[in-house]
Amino acid sequence: MNIIETLRIGLRGIGANRLRSGLTVLGILIGVAAVIILVAVGNGTTQSVTANLESLGTNTLTVRHGTFGQPGAEARTQFTDLTVADAKALMDTDVAPDVKSASPVVTSQSTCSFEGTTHDTSITGTWPSYFEASNSKVSTGSYFGNEDVVSARRNIVIGQTVVDELFGVVDPVGKQIVCNGTPFTVVGVLESKGSSGFNDADDTAIAPLTTVQNHLTGYRSLDSVLVQSASSDAMDAAQSEVYSILDDRHSITDTTARDYQILNQATLLSAVEETTSLLTILLGAVAAISLLVGGIGITNIMLVTVTERTREIGIRKAIGASKGAILGQFLVEATVLSVIGGAAGVLFALIVTRFDVMGITPIVMPASVVAAFGVSVAIGLFFGSYPANRAASLRPIEALRHE
Amino acid sequence: MTPVISLQQITKVYGAGETEVQALRGIDLTVNRGDYLAIMGASGSGKSTLMNIIGALDNATSGHYELDGINIDSLDESGLSIVRNRKIGFIFQSFNLIPRTSALANVELPLLYRGVGRRERMTRATAALGAVGLADRTHHEPNELSGGQQQRVAVARALVAEPSLLLADEPTGNLDSKSTSDVLDLLDQMHEQGRTIVMITHEDSVAARADRIITLIDGLISSDRRTMR
Repeated sequence: MNIIETLRIGLRGIGANRLRSGLTVLGILIGVAAVIILVAVGNGTTQSVTANLESLGTNTLTVRHGTFGQPGAEARTQFTDLTVADAKALMDTDVAPDVKSASPVVTSQSTCSFEGTTHDTSITGTWPSYFEASNSKVSTGSYFGNEDVVSARRNIVIGQTVVDELFGVVDPVGKQIVCNGTPFTVVGVLESKGSSGFNDADDTAIAPLTTVQNHLTGYRSLDSVLVQSASSDAMDAAQSEVYSILDDRHSITDTTARDYQILNQATLLSAVEETTSLLTILLGAVAAISLLVGGIGITNIMLVTVTERTREIGIRKAIGASKGAILGQFLVEATVLSVIGGAAGVLFALIVTRFDVMGITPIVMPASVVAAFGVSVAIGLFFGSYPANRAASLRPIEALRHE
Repeated sequence: MTPVISLQQITKVYGAGETEVQALRGIDLTVNRGDYLAIMGASGSGKSTLMNIIGALDNATSGHYELDGINIDSLDESGLSIVRNRKIGFIFQSFNLIPRTSALANVELPLLYRGVGRRERMTRATAALGAVGLADRTHHEPNELSGGQQQRVAVARALVAEPSLLLADEPTGNLDSKSTSDVLDLLDQMHEQGRTIVMITHEDSVAARADRIITLIDGLISSDRRTMR
């Protein structure tokens, strides 16, 4: 009895019961495919969220005005405004050597219109350094410059969603749009960043700070200051420099009761990555359970097969089949079923993951393919060995009497 | 010359205590090479138990059994499977062919378990099917064959491995009279070629084909006679 003969006998057993074999294969197929697809979707989610966050700039700190429910916030009665002078102070290279730029930011929800078409968007008033800090590149046209800020020119750079909504196929550069009654000249269009869930990063417009203050928001406190650090390694240093400068300027003695808050993009990124990788693990665990269920299905089918074929086992033993030969036959049947199921599952998963699932592009992890396939084969051996062993241990006389 | 079968004081007890049943109470039997022996007896007389012990399918409770000079009592499971494969060819009342498997594949199975190469298996299995007159049915599955044809396939399977002993358990019990005489003619033929045959039956007409008949009553041999053939 060599391996090829054992294989042939096992295959004959599978072929003799096509429907049952097919259903068993289906169980394993679903399990393997679920592991690969769900892990790929989780992985794709992680990568798309990370890419979205990175597109907003990674070396940045956002200084936000207000307390946002920090403990001790209710103790404060007086809020000092976040001002342009604060932003300028952050750019003092002696006190803050790790800060590359600081851009004051005001935002205004505005309704913009072009030739009768209207669209609601958020206009950011800031300095030209904001473009680099927030990783916003212009794809057609140009940025506005410092002289536009100084002279409060009504130039505006708009995002792709605004272009699509207002202009359609018309080239927007040089055209005039009216936002909350103020006419702006479109000087540039931003490169698309894509959307992350609810947040459309392309539904935006950027104009000189002074222009937005003059015409839209008035001279209230800044909403935030976008601080760019000299490098990604200097984030923590930059953060503490910003704290010391602003604490000083805002006369804050109690550091638990500041009137501003710093959001660190790097911290946010690692928090998000942690969350999404947890999601991947969770999806993988759910899928692994379905693979286990598929394995139990193999045990079940093989047990039924052994019971149903007890007489056949008796005949084989009567004409001289050794224990090893019977064991081999049933192990081969179980393993071949799970190998076919595993291979079909991998194939199915690779086809499915070529398509986007709910706006997420699945990214197949080679490790998950290898693991899922390997586990399915191991499951065949493991879950098949109990029924196979039972078959092999049957006493020929009892097996022959079985009806 | 070593006898093919040598049984000394074979007993078989099923169950224990209150439910104890003594199926065999001490059988002494010697079957020589070339013998054609029929075992007769009413149901419950222990003839099937004796058959299972002779066929190495079951162990005796006590006593000594030698098959073709091999001490069967001392063999383990794997030793027994080798003995069944090389020394014994079984023919059952209910044919016991493997379902959904062609006649040829059924016949070559003993050779497969013995480790004979594919080409030789094919040649010998085809020859064995030819010898039982089924050369044109090699690729038919059991459910496509009549009872008589199935039993002839079983005879071919028993013969293909050239065993020392052909063991037939009521081989004609499920057959019509035409098929019965076909199968019995085949056994006669094998006997003339010098094979040792042990057959269990409860029909006198079938037993009459053998040249020695023993009768079991309550687990003991009550008569052992030669027929006038």
